[in-house]
Amino acid sequence: MSTQTSVFHSSTVALLFAGLGLGGAWYGASIVMPSLASRHGAGIDSMLSYLLVTTGILFVAGYCALAWFIWTGARRRRIDQRLTRRRTEWLVSGALGLAVGLIAEGGVLAIGMPVWSEYFDATPPADAVTVEITAQQFLWNVRYPGADGQFGRNSAAAMDDVSNPLGLDRADPAGRDDVVTQNVMAVPLGRAVRLRLRSKDVIHSFFLPNFRVKQDIVPGMTPEVVFFPTREGSFEIACSELCGLAHYRMRGFFDVLSPAAFDRWLAEQATPTAGGPR
Amino acid sequence: MSHAATTVPGHDQSHPELGFIRRYVFSLDHKVIGIQYIVTGLLMALVGAALATLIRLQLGWPERTWPLLAQLLPKGYAGGVMAPEFYLAVVTMHGTIMVFFFMSYVLVSGFGNYLVPLQVGARDMAFPLANMLSFWIGALSALLMIASFFVEGGAAAAGWTAYPPLSAVATAVPGSGMGQTIWLLSMAFFIASFTLSGLNIVATVFSVRAPGMSMWRMPLTVWSYFIASILGLLAFPALTAAAVMLLFDRHAGTSFFLPAGLVVGGRHLTNSGGSPLLWQHLFWFLGHPEVYVLILPALGIACDIIPAFTRKPIFGYRLSVWCLVAVGALSMVVWGHHMFVSGMSPFTGEYFSIATMTITLPMTVFGVNMLASLRGGAIRMGVPMMFSCAVLALFGSGGLGGLYLGNATADMQLTDTYFVVGHFHMMIGGVTLMATFGGLHYWFPKMFGRMMNETIGKAHFWLTFTPFFIIFFMQHFLGIQGAPRRYYAFTAYDFLRETRIQNLVVSSCAMVLIASQSLFVVNFVWSLFRGAPAADNPWEATTLEWTTSSPPPHDNFGQAELTVHRWPYEYGVESGDRDFADQRVPPGRVPVTA
Amino acid sequence: MMPVARPAAWDGGVCPFAAGWQRVLMWWFIVGDGLLFGAFLAAYGYARLIATTWPDSSVVFSLPYLAAMTLVLNTSSAMMASGVAAARRGAWPTARRWLLATTLGGVLFLGMQADEWRHAIAAGARLSGNPWGDASFGAYFFLITGFHGTHVLLGVLILTIATARVATRRATPLGIELVGLYWHFVELVWVFIFTLFYLL
Ligand code: HEM
Ligand SMILES: [Cu+2]
Ligand SMILES: [Cu+2]
Repeated sequence: MSTQTSVFHSSTVALLFAGLGLGGAWYGASIVMPSLASRHGAGIDSMLSYLLVTTGILFVAGYCALAWFIWTGARRRRIDQRLTRRRTEWLVSGALGLAVGLIAEGGVLAIGMPVWSEYFDATPPADAVTVEITAQQFLWNVRYPGADGQFGRNSAAAMDDVSNPLGLDRADPAGRDDVVTQNVMAVPLGRAVRLRLRSKDVIHSFFLPNFRVKQDIVPGMTPEVVFFPTREGSFEIACSELCGLAHYRMRGFFDVLSPAAFDRWLAEQATPTAGGPR
Repeated sequence: MSHAATTVPGHDQSHPELGFIRRYVFSLDHKVIGIQYIVTGLLMALVGAALATLIRLQLGWPERTWPLLAQLLPKGYAGGVMAPEFYLAVVTMHGTIMVFFFMSYVLVSGFGNYLVPLQVGARDMAFPLANMLSFWIGALSALLMIASFFVEGGAAAAGWTAYPPLSAVATAVPGSGMGQTIWLLSMAFFIASFTLSGLNIVATVFSVRAPGMSMWRMPLTVWSYFIASILGLLAFPALTAAAVMLLFDRHAGTSFFLPAGLVVGGRHLTNSGGSPLLWQHLFWFLGHPEVYVLILPALGIACDIIPAFTRKPIFGYRLSVWCLVAVGALSMVVWGHHMFVSGMSPFTGEYFSIATMTITLPMTVFGVNMLASLRGGAIRMGVPMMFSCAVLALFGSGGLGGLYLGNATADMQLTDTYFVVGHFHMMIGGVTLMATFGGLHYWFPKMFGRMMNETIGKAHFWLTFTPFFIIFFMQHFLGIQGAPRRYYAFTAYDFLRETRIQNLVVSSCAMVLIASQSLFVVNFVWSLFRGAPAADNPWEATTLEWTTSSPPPHDNFGQAELTVHRWPYEYGVESGDRDFADQRVPPGRVPVTA
Repeated sequence: MMPVARPAAWDGGVCPFAAGWQRVLMWWFIVGDGLLFGAFLAAYGYARLIATTWPDSSVVFSLPYLAAMTLVLNTSSAMMASGVAAARRGAWPTARRWLLATTLGGVLFLGMQADEWRHAIAAGARLSGNPWGDASFGAYFFLITGFHGTHVLLGVLILTIATARVATRRATPLGIELVGLYWHFVELVWVFIFTLFYLL
């Protein structure tokens, strides 16, 4: 009967699992996230680090245990003990289950929840830079309220892809000084950023990898996100919800500038020649 | 309706005079139907694998041109370059086919139909006619899904999750034309078929178990099918409702999922009042339980293979059953973890996060029980056992990935990246795939009366599991680096430059993985005709299907009376020259331990 | 562990609760179908929560008329129960009369439903919008009552077949009972729709 298998063969299988476990951990440890550039992002990163460490240990331990049981089992011709007492079964598995459950749930409650509420409960400070992002296939319309701090009225009915992508009401005085760009935006370092997100057509998702910001933009809803950039630099905006053919290159630019450079940049955008409403 | 008399199913169904068509095509025999499902599912898997090849060619070598593919698929590869709309259709159909037409067919409907009646000692399913209908409706839905590639605009391209408005507005993406409509119709047929077969499995387990087959004597395989079928029955109606409503939105002018003020491609839509988020709730109310519908049978199968190859009873049988029940129940109340950043309220998000994390408790206990079952065993590393160890390994790493995603704070960065892709391929892709191969090697002798080749099987294991693990393990870390999923290429972004090499490695491993499936095909076909004749119980296992001939007769157990005397894990006992007692061995011969 | 000699409900060999697989199947079918209605009604609730201008249904529909519809269906369901009881006793001619009456009740309900749709359409209700408020109102109205009406129609067909089978002596008490289960379910769902859609 073909039921007996060679010890050598079983041992290679054991080594495979051990190798994948250790190799996986080694590979995982070598990976770095996009460089961090926001305040709450540090919290998200520590959440992830916590998970990487705890699950990393569980992962290696589990794979090595699997390998060890196979390794030793392959060398055994008769089993030693047939049944474990039911109480022991409940204790062993229950304890390990509780331990992992605690690691998981504890992470959520102790580390995750504070970050989560810091991010979502953040009332934007009075000096926050407010920017409106209107996503459409396949670009980001960016609008600043201008000096008066007021966005002009707009409406879906007035939207026209060529002449008026945002459907601005040109008669509204509040809209006169609005600054409109496409795919490029900048914010000053040292102030909070408050994004008002909306979509014209399908679901997009506004993703700033370096800032640990990701927010789906479901049409009909107007989610807001608030965050604090922590360093100057040039960063990328990606779309992370499938939105159609050019989803993969719905790229935007997000620059964090010094306050002076930001003011200069905004003024440049405001002159119709440089950008403005296309 | 009213002709439904009180006959015991299968008792009067030995019709030796049945012709070929009634016996093998429109058969009422659960074994034939099970095999029909398995074969259909495996054929669909070939389609799914071909689509995966196209995906990985594109992502591994985004700047190459493919003249050969341009000749084969002139529309999708005009000029030798893959068209983005074709890429999206391929991704969508890959997911749909693999989840619904491969895994659901082979693992749930296929093995479920074949095994459940045999393992509970029934002569057939409770309602064979519905079973046959189920298969033929299912085959129709598979055909329909394939046909959608050939309609105007190509197959659906909005992802297997089909989020509106992308899937609702015909002009949003080419696949949202006729292709999406056919996708929805095909899903409706699929659900009808799946429901019929689920009803049957539930009724069979509930009401036609053999004398002595108490609930606590059912193999974990049966338990897993029982729970999975109930889950399916409870969860699928939500998708049915959603699909009907989406069809109305697409063709009857309703706005269930479409809000006011949409401007798609410059065209103003007149819809108003709907909510795209509603679709996500309905979809994931099904979607999350659905993943457990697929994984529970995979775990159950592995749990029944392992003891036969460690010669030791499973560890924590009753505890594992309770875990299945708990996981099933919890899986109905956590769907929102797929929507952490969708814009639902942060409080709801926290609830879903905490609820999701409670699932780790029963899932870990189940996994630990499997692992502990190996401890102290006298292990025979046959091919089914190799794949079962792989089930356990992938279940572990996939579950650990789940800890990141269920954690709303971590998920904010990881959602819709390759981390998710890695996670669910470990689970819904890997655990199920390994269980499918393990199960096929294990029950092939029962199904066809011949053994599969061990040497090819071992080679196939190495060339399947190793690349599979590397691919999806690496994808987790692509996600940590921020690579979004469903991207046609990673070339447009600076922050994704560094993922170039990893994608190359992933794609290369994928080619090895896919190519080595030819080993399985060869083994399967060759063994079907030339395999060594199988004994009735080649693995020296204990469950009822091994107590009948290979393959079993039409009524499964012949004329002999069938009484069950013990639980299904009576290994390591003294029974003459054997170390096990199957479930029919009376207590007088070998003491009953559970 | 447990001796096999005493076949308790869950020990195999018998169906728990002596239900028989047909009833088990029917019950689970009803659970699934009920959840389908549940999903539609949940979606309707969701839409109503986010809507700003949900019409007052007592303005749109005539509640006395709806109460009459409900009464017709309830009565029909009660007559079905008598039919099932008669079939169980073996009083087939009685059973046939009750079934016939049940069927007629179903037909009457369908007629009233059709008339209600006619009214609504004449008043301007469409799948894409309506004169009274939120566009979803009309869509959910036609979707949910239409889906229920389809169930009633199906029920009427099944009842007709069952009546014919009783007349030709081919029916079994269990068969009639299963038809009855389905018919009670259709009635029960209507009570939910009536409450959630028309009353609230
Ligand atoms: C410890 C247990 C698990 C936890 C905590 C967990 C958690 C999650 C979470 C939170 C997501 C959503 C990620 C996102 O989109 O941001 C997810 C996705 C997914 N999970 Fe799991 N999961 C677990 C086990 C499983 C199992 C057992 C399966 C399958 C058999 C599975 C299959 C999937 C699939 C298919 C998706 C992705 C669906 C998609 O977006 O296309 N998961 N999981
Ligand atoms: Cu996108
Ligand atoms: Cu889920």
